[in-house]
Amino acid sequence: MNKLLAATAAAALCAGAANAESHTQEVGIGVILGFTGPIESLTPQMAASAELALSEINESGNFLDGVTLAPVRADSTCVDSAAATAAGERLVTTDSIVAIMGADCSGVTGAVLSNVAVPNGIPMISPSATSPALSDAEDNGLFFRTAPSDARQGVVLAEILMERDIGEVAVTYSNSDYGKGLSDAFAAAYEDMGGEITINLPHEDNKADYSAEIASAASAGGDVLVVLGYSDSGGRGMIQAALDTGAFDTFMMGDGMYGDALMDALGDYMNGSFGAVPWSEGEGAEMFAKITEEAGINGESSFTRESYDAAALIALAMMKGGEATSEAVAENVMSVANAPGEPILPGELGKALQILTDGGEIDYVGASAVELIGPGEAAGTYRHYDIEDGDYTTVEFK
Amino acid sequence: MDFLNAFVALSNFVLIPAIAYGSQLALGALGVTLIYGILRFSNFAHGDTMAFGTMVAILFTWWFQSMGISLGPLPTALLAIPFGIAGAAALLLLTDRVVYRFYRAQKAKPVILVIVSMGVMFIYNGLTRVVLGPDDQRFADGERFLIGALDFRRMTGLEEGLAIKSTQAITLVTAIIVVALLFWFLTYTRTGKSMRAYSDNEDLALLSGINPERVVMVTWLIVAALATIAGVLYGLDKSYKPFTYFQLLLPVFASAIVGGLGSPLGAIAGGFIIAFSEVGIVYAWKRVVAHMVPEAWEPEGLLQLLSTDYKFAVSFVILVIVLLFRPTGLFRGKAV
Repeated sequence: MNKLLAATAAAALCAGAANAESHTQEVGIGVILGFTGPIESLTPQMAASAELALSEINESGNFLDGVTLAPVRADSTCVDSAAATAAGERLVTTDSIVAIMGADCSGVTGAVLSNVAVPNGIPMISPSATSPALSDAEDNGLFFRTAPSDARQGVVLAEILMERDIGEVAVTYSNSDYGKGLSDAFAAAYEDMGGEITINLPHEDNKADYSAEIASAASAGGDVLVVLGYSDSGGRGMIQAALDTGAFDTFMMGDGMYGDALMDALGDYMNGSFGAVPWSEGEGAEMFAKITEEAGINGESSFTRESYDAAALIALAMMKGGEATSEAVAENVMSVANAPGEPILPGELGKALQILTDGGEIDYVGASAVELIGPGEAAGTYRHYDIEDGDYTTVEFK
Repeated sequence: MDFLNAFVALSNFVLIPAIAYGSQLALGALGVTLIYGILRFSNFAHGDTMAFGTMVAILFTWWFQSMGISLGPLPTALLAIPFGIAGAAALLLLTDRVVYRFYRAQKAKPVILVIVSMGVMFIYNGLTRVVLGPDDQRFADGERFLIGALDFRRMTGLEEGLAIKSTQAITLVTAIIVVALLFWFLTYTRTGKSMRAYSDNEDLALLSGINPERVVMVTWLIVAALATIAGVLYGLDKSYKPFTYFQLLLPVFASAIVGGLGSPLGAIAGGFIIAFSEVGIVYAWKRVVAHMVPEAWEPEGLLQLLSTDYKFAVSFVILVIVLLFRPTGLFRGKAV
């Protein structure tokens, strides 16, 4: 609650400051995230992180002459494609935004991309859409993501099981574009490596009761229950039901399951479970932790790093292109994100702008060690973790 | 051949979870059915009334916990239920005063009241999120299990485990007490009788001198109590998240309609029918059958009638069948 108040107050202050200098040109950046719906507990921190990057750009005073970036929030709902499309459409027609930071969940991201971004020529950078299907989406070079595709995560999860000599698992996934994509990628990789999947079971999010699903999984058997869902929704419901009935006591979790709320609730019962989550170590992550702490944002929350990086990339691409337009963003994202150039960490956006003004090159590293590959998506490092004494401990990075 | 293990597996995964879930649905459906019977509209705000009452109970639970008050092995939240009921009752009476009474005075059609209740639903929705936020909240304490699966295995030496959560037991006991009290109230007290009279025939009831505003007020009070108790029990057993309570509306309505809107007995039966069909029809029988037949016959497949994806379809198919062949529901409620 305090954070919310602080964030609102900060937003109000920013708005006030922007109004004061009415001669400057204000350029809107859409922040489309699921502020209501299944991941509504993650999105406030994600939006705050993205807005932190934009205000850092504005405050540096080095951005394009007389231009300030103004975030405009809209609700993607995470699950309702029609609502997300309408929200995106409104941002383009009413608020005249030039780029989109978002959307969040894979399904609505695909909808906004094909119905809003492509027809209007608006580039979008998603911090958290990880469905492999988005790699081949028709995007006219407008879609980027700072989160890695789940095709890679599927392989990472399968490798972890093999390293632990676990040859038979039951799988349950969130019945969404994200869950389905990840479960397909995982199943293909795991079966290639010789593993056996006893049941591949979808679960609906936010439902009242998961006894039926867990009963089927228990009947099918397996050494471990692989949970590819959302930590504050169906995935957690499945784990809770499994623990309650004693059907499974060890779980392997995909990235959507990583969250402190899950540990607070069930951590003590989950010792010995493990999983993987996109992670970044090193200087960038430390810097990000520092600046988010100063700004009063919970930077440890999922996808906050990627959100900050997505917003920063939009601004830096504009700077590189020399104008605050959609074209400038679409053309220059790849070049500011990757080598060659001076590495840029979170909190150093002002410096990056200066280098670009002087005609230099930058390689944005950011909070999540951004490296865009293929059709403009993050390569991704994963943290393989164990749960010990009700808390996460790192096994290795891969 | 091991019938004992088969029965234990079936109890653990089907009977016990379905009984607990059925009790929670039944309490929710009772509230819906009472409003339908007496106020004559389907109250879409019921799920969020549950969320609001539970929220107040959670806030009091935290306060009690911070003062060190507890019920020992029982969850502290049970102590907070009366306060939650009071909070929900205040909210419902306020809503009735500023919203529903206006439409009642105009003798608005039920369909208009349904839409009005949707508006109320969104406001409750926002209210809960403003106060407590959209996140999951933990408020359960006390003993988690009556019998854990591991303990049961150790105690009996059986291969299958049987887990009974304390919250499941509490749910069942509380539901029985609440339902008994409600039926006693409706059957034997003067107010209860006047409520039933008002529900059967509004004009006749008014002619015989029943004060309609009093009947409406008592109804809202009972609904507040039912909604809060159902909400707290559900939150203790599973978890508290405003969005899930909103989603709970669907099975609750299905239960009320299957049982027959306006019929309290039907609401209870409906709750259990929906719960058992959701859990039972999609159950994979492999494990149970494996215990019942000689090892050589052990099934390869899962022996599942329908994949769990269809569990919601199952309750809706039941709903459609009931509406087609018996539109008033199993217990002769009112036609929708």
